[in-house]
Amino acid sequence: MPAAPSPVPVTGRVVVAGASMGGLRAAEQLRAAGWTGAITVVGDEPHMPYNRPPLSKEVLAGKASFDSLAFTPKAAAADVEWRLGSPVAAARLAERTLDLADGSTLAFDGLVVATGMRPRRLGCPGPTEGRHTVRTLADAQALRDALTRPGVRVVVIGAGFIGCEVAATAVGLGVREVTVVDPLPLPMVGPLGEAPARALLRRHEERGVRFALGTGVAGFEGVGGAEGGEDRVTGVVLSDGRVLPADVVVESVGSVANTEWLDGNRLDLTDGALTDEQLRVGGLPYVVAVGDVARFPNARYDGVPRRVEHWSIPTDTAKHAAKVLTAQLAGFEVCLPAFAPLPTFWSDQHDFRLQSFGAPALGKGDVRVLDGDPDGDRDGDVLFGYHRGGHLVGVVALGGQAAAMGAAKYRAQLLKQPALTA
Amino acid sequence: MKVVVDMNKCQDHGQCVFASPDVFSMDDEGRLLYVSDPDESLRDEVEEAADVCPLQAIRIEA
Repeated sequence: MPAAPSPVPVTGRVVVAGASMGGLRAAEQLRAAGWTGAITVVGDEPHMPYNRPPLSKEVLAGKASFDSLAFTPKAAAADVEWRLGSPVAAARLAERTLDLADGSTLAFDGLVVATGMRPRRLGCPGPTEGRHTVRTLADAQALRDALTRPGVRVVVIGAGFIGCEVAATAVGLGVREVTVVDPLPLPMVGPLGEAPARALLRRHEERGVRFALGTGVAGFEGVGGAEGGEDRVTGVVLSDGRVLPADVVVESVGSVANTEWLDGNRLDLTDGALTDEQLRVGGLPYVVAVGDVARFPNARYDGVPRRVEHWSIPTDTAKHAAKVLTAQLAGFEVCLPAFAPLPTFWSDQHDFRLQSFGAPALGKGDVRVLDGDPDGDRDGDVLFGYHRGGHLVGVVALGGQAAAMGAAKYRAQLLKQPALTA
Repeated sequence: MKVVVDMNKCQDHGQCVFASPDVFSMDDEGRLLYVSDPDESLRDEVEEAADVCPLQAIRIEA
């Protein structure tokens, strides 16, 4: 009697494009899902995967070294091949071949898209020196060097997660002039909605952060470069005509998906790599996407595909996508429930934390105070509930550990909530 | 199985408690408590807890 075929081919190679958290988790979860073939992870940065949230906080503040950020890969992933410092330049998915920037090619049986995001830059012309972003370790180290020079004036452009965290860290470092600019009227109003964003604004102002809200940036002023041009930034020109003096500018105006390498494969790359409810890309059984580059429908909510830039997403997507890919490479149909993670995020700013469970952005139209008083005494803990169609879809706590624990009490309820329909 | 949490890194996010409530818990002040030698049958959930720790403070040593 012939031996039964092995359920998973022991030969073959999965290439993971992207060597940050999503790439690492994908490699580990492929092993956990039973993939016994080769795994090669390709990435543009020279470092092994590291944890990025501390870049805008502990690394800027000088409280964390690279060693403390590096992930410890699981033992099961010890045989993974890491090709660092050589990004993928192009993909020919039909031929299952990648071209790397160093000129080599790499054949694959399965592909994990994990190339993440890069900071969006402002299009205005002007000086380049003194303008920073925060995405990589090198970015954070350069910004720390700039912030720790005596007497610097800092302008942060963009009042989102990164902008608010960097402003708070700069004030904590003793920088005396820190101004946050945003065309919207309140910080983090996109993810949080109005009342929580107002409470956040007041806390920042009480701790010394200045704001120029409701105005965009028209350009930069600068002085003397090596060629006599305006190479070093000295000020930020706002669209309302004001000029903010600045020695250091931080551009935290969102991010752009790293998907150019996938061009020419008839994929929907409008905003990240569109996936189906099983994280498959382009209807191909051998390509999945993980992390913040994946634009996936969440079966828990309204079925609208969205990219999610929360820290929890690389791990959640990798776990699901690895099972899907391993099953399909072995020739099985996927019989998993549709991907339906419960999102969660946090943000540490000054001496307080924002802690969220669920999808508050989907319930911004109906925000209720569940606990505390957002307009009351300074520093009181507040818990906000976000509703859609009368149902609780998310909670956000603002304050200390008690507030975060209050939010956590709603997690079980959010998990049990029936799926929203569009 | 031996579990070690670097309490200098831990910032009491509590994600480990959701992933592995048999091993991790919070006291009334929201400070982490954990079982350092949980049963081998709990390995999957402890690995999950280590994965979801925002500070990557949890190590499984054996």
